[in-house]
Amino acid sequence: MVARSIEWQLATVAAVRDETPTVRTCTLSIPGWAGHRPGQHLDLRLTAEDGYSVERSYSIASEPERSAEIDITVERIADGEVSPFLHDIVMPGDRLEVRGPIGGYFVWEASLEGPLFLVAGGSGVVPLMAMLRHRAAARSTSPTRLLFSSRRPDEIIYRDELDRLADRSDGLEVAYTLTRLQPPDWMGYRRRIDDRMLAEVIEPLGTTARSYICGPTALVETAANALVRLGLPVDRIRTERFGPTGT
Amino acid sequence: MEEAAADPTIDLMVDGNAIAGALEMAFSGDVTVVPGRCAHCGAINAIGAMHAYVRGPGAVLRCPSCDGVVLRVVETTDATYVDLRGAAYLRFERS
Repeated sequence: MVARSIEWQLATVAAVRDETPTVRTCTLSIPGWAGHRPGQHLDLRLTAEDGYSVERSYSIASEPERSAEIDITVERIADGEVSPFLHDIVMPGDRLEVRGPIGGYFVWEASLEGPLFLVAGGSGVVPLMAMLRHRAAARSTSPTRLLFSSRRPDEIIYRDELDRLADRSDGLEVAYTLTRLQPPDWMGYRRRIDDRMLAEVIEPLGTTARSYICGPTALVETAANALVRLGLPVDRIRTERFGPTGT
Repeated sequence: MEEAAADPTIDLMVDGNAIAGALEMAFSGDVTVVPGRCAHCGAINAIGAMHAYVRGPGAVLRCPSCDGVVLRVVETTDATYVDLRGAAYLRFERS
């Protein structure tokens, strides 16, 4: 265990970018940021004038190699206490209280050799994207598969960048599944993640793959239990549950 | 999906990663990788893998094997309380 102390500090919003109609990336400039590892998150705190405060955790989307600024990608939850503020109110120049980076369990680095299997549901793709961006920056060629579940085609976060990363032919392939609406020419999966889909996507990697599963709790439970049934060792499956789906 | 849909409380469950920040303030270091042995059933899991319920006045970490309470965490205005009675031990590796 690395002994240190994390404290709340002020971040300045450097830029905002809409990834989908309901998902936005905020680029934060944090003086004294010590760097992070792919998969870690930060905590963000909003305090009202009357002292009422609320905290939420957001996975860091950017790779550690990009160290001057960090990205968080946030899904707008309609009745949320923080995400509507980040979407509707926050502008470049605003300051936010953050602490981090946090977490050592849900972390992957290219120095961990061997096949890599990533399973994402919706905004669960965010920490996995940090891993994939790091993987590209590190020029890793480890066999890697991402299985990414979204509801509709216009809700696939980072779609273009994922397709570009897969086009590098460096060992990464991405499989998509759309659970509610598929375009007419859709070549990906058309249902919720299940045992058969996982078996098909992970098959080239074998049972030595390290797996990271992130997203709504129900999806994480389904996928993790399925991977155990498929023979993956429990200690090679890491999970991060986001709780209920947004809608 | 059916197995998860049968229990409506499953959605509210997260895991030890969700309270990692509060625990790091308490332990002065990341504890998500720290294994804990459940005092009820003996199963050993990393804190990041333990099931967490965070919507109450405090947070509860439960054993993924037997659902027994392993840790409770309550934050007040000036302190963080960690109740470890449900853990036989936590294992802090020295490097």
